[in-house]
Amino acid sequence: MGRASSLPLNLWDGATGNWVVSFGTQHFLIKRRGNVLELVLISTLNGVLYGLLLFLMASGLTLIFSMMGVLNFAHASFYMLGAFVGYQISKWAGFWPGLIFAPLIVGGVGMLVERFGLRNVHKNGHVAELLFTFGLAFVMEELVQIVWGKAPVDYRVPALLDFSAFTIFSTNYPAYKLFMLAISLAIFVGLFAMLTRTRVGLIVQAALTHPNMVAHLGHNVPLIFMLVFGVGAGLAAIAGVIAGPALVTQSTMAGLLGPILFVIVVVGGLGSLSGALVASLLIGLLQTFAISSNVSMADLFSFSGFAPQPNTILNDLWRVSVAQIAPILPYLLLVLMLIFRPTGLMGNRES
Amino acid sequence: MSDTTASNSRSGETIRANPRSSALRAAGPWLLSAAALVALPFIFRSDTYLTVMSLMGIAIVFALSYNMMLGQTGMLSFGHAVYYGLGAYFVVHGMNWAIATRAPIPLPLMPLVGGIAGLGFAVIFGWLSTKRSGTTFSMISLGLAELVGSSSLILRTFFGGEEGITTNRTKLLRLTDWSFGSQFQMYYLIAAWCLISAVVMYALTRTPFGRMCNAVRENPERAQFVGYNPQVVRYIAFCLSGFFAGIAGALAGINFELANANLFGAAQSGTVLLATFIGGIGTFVGPVLGAVLVSYLQVMLSDITEVWQLYFGLMFIAVVMFAPGGLAGLVQMHAPVVRAGVIGRLMPSYLMAIVPALLLLLGVVMLIEMTVQLAVKQSEGPAMKLFGIGFNANQPWPWLLMVVLLASAYALFRLVSPRLSAAWDSARVTAAERGIVI
Repeated sequence: MGRASSLPLNLWDGATGNWVVSFGTQHFLIKRRGNVLELVLISTLNGVLYGLLLFLMASGLTLIFSMMGVLNFAHASFYMLGAFVGYQISKWAGFWPGLIFAPLIVGGVGMLVERFGLRNVHKNGHVAELLFTFGLAFVMEELVQIVWGKAPVDYRVPALLDFSAFTIFSTNYPAYKLFMLAISLAIFVGLFAMLTRTRVGLIVQAALTHPNMVAHLGHNVPLIFMLVFGVGAGLAAIAGVIAGPALVTQSTMAGLLGPILFVIVVVGGLGSLSGALVASLLIGLLQTFAISSNVSMADLFSFSGFAPQPNTILNDLWRVSVAQIAPILPYLLLVLMLIFRPTGLMGNRES
Repeated sequence: MSDTTASNSRSGETIRANPRSSALRAAGPWLLSAAALVALPFIFRSDTYLTVMSLMGIAIVFALSYNMMLGQTGMLSFGHAVYYGLGAYFVVHGMNWAIATRAPIPLPLMPLVGGIAGLGFAVIFGWLSTKRSGTTFSMISLGLAELVGSSSLILRTFFGGEEGITTNRTKLLRLTDWSFGSQFQMYYLIAAWCLISAVVMYALTRTPFGRMCNAVRENPERAQFVGYNPQVVRYIAFCLSGFFAGIAGALAGINFELANANLFGAAQSGTVLLATFIGGIGTFVGPVLGAVLVSYLQVMLSDITEVWQLYFGLMFIAVVMFAPGGLAGLVQMHAPVVRAGVIGRLMPSYLMAIVPALLLLLGVVMLIEMTVQLAVKQSEGPAMKLFGIGFNANQPWPWLLMVVLLASAYALFRLVSPRLSAAWDSARVTAAERGIVI
């Protein structure tokens, strides 16, 4: 289950008949004969939370794509960098300064990357730009390993939020998760309001589609591009800072999350912000619900008395539980989407 | 990338002039390569060299198959190792089956099993992923690679879990007294397949289909106006590329007598992309250069530094930023200047540029290695050795020296670069005056 280690993980305790659902370092117990409603409520909350976290990253990725026409392969690396910088600041000055300064620092790094890296590669075409960000992701993972090592770091939930907010039936829901939910929602609303309601947002939106016209009107388009790239990196870093204590902060976290982000932007439709939101929530809920169910084909059809030969592929498939296939669900969704709607949920861009 | 059309018209003229000499000219480089492949084990005799050269042969086939997509057809894939890894798995299962049933299949034919497996999966996955082009195609290739990678943890019977599946290449039917047990014999098997695959892949670039691939890369709309469906062209290129990746994977499976999940991991997909691009995607020989260089560096750098992957990544970024044509592109860039006989004019400024380049390299290596010493190797203390000089990484003077090196490299580059570009311009102008097409 190496690949699933950063996701909520399900374990069934056969002795007591309970389920232990682990979300990173948080564990909570679900009584086997307990309420189905309880499971649905908790999974929905966790799924929306995971989905909003994904959207924090996917939104920056989509904005940068609309702007430059290039998908930033290193976007998940900014998320990882955010978590590690936040962890470092939390060691020196506590969690809260980390929440403020880590995104600013990572946003600054993002701006430097755009100004001195991406902008120079632009003349060589989109493939070169994508490859540049690919190389950057490679280098950033190595650098993080050099500075913070390969083992997970001990990034803790702040003491202020380290209590259970409420109890549904027998499940304690941690306050920190509610905090994550609140931050994600606030940023989502703020971003949406800024893009659609303010002058700055209008200029950015115009620069995405008609950069030359906006430049003729006297705006500094390269500066706008640099700022949007920085804000995108900063948003990913916020996701990293708030997810770091709840999930595992490790140098592999970018590699684990990156492919899921790209699935989201393809499923949502490349360049569509609302599509990214729907796809993020869809994948968040899908994975969280899958993880809390350990039903397999063998369980479903146990009445039939059918049992495949051991050590066959059919037997592997027969006995695999839904929780075990949770890591591949986003990719199955991608395949289905490509078969039935190749442009994505809300995309119309045929690139 | 414009070389293909130019060389095409040239070779077209020579065919009319003298068919025999043109056939010789076409076959010449291949005969030379074959002779070199045969002779190499007698020059580099040690087992280490044989192992490295075997790895290079595998990497060459893999990189060439990758460039069928990236360089020839303009499709950037992040999951090409899927077909490589599946090729390895199928050949290992095929060999175990042949050993168990005593099927009369000799080892040298076994790579075809991997190739057919690669082709089969490329037919399925390519049908899905070539529906889209450009960036979306790249992301889909990544998603499919993750899908296969995760499935390997579920289908344990086939993929053998963490340990993978092993085999024994000496137990198959023998046609000669070669058992392929030694690395020396294995090298020749790999070299033979490498040469055959390279010839076939090169021949493909010369067919009308190969030209259509280039057309789809340059301008899919115009390709469509000519009457070809770009999606179909991409699909066929994808399938053929999967076939050769499968052959490369099969060679790896036979060479290691093992197939495990690392073979189709993201790292493997990344390595082939790095190697192909560093070598140069605009020419046929580029990926060969890249595969040889990267395989060599992987073995050599991992011996002398722990963070060799970081150097690797930095090298890749430098190539993307400053030499997007790769190594082969750099060589190709100088061809008109050499033909005009004015390469000498560039030499003085190149010699001058070597000084800041070395200073920069030295400074960067110092920065990385001293940081590694203090951060990763904390337990070993600050005492370290670099280029045979021992010093303490926690003292200020090595850091000061590093800053001085980097600063002087920057200053010297500023001084040299105007001279360099002036020399370059004058050489190109002269080449153009002497009637050499740039």
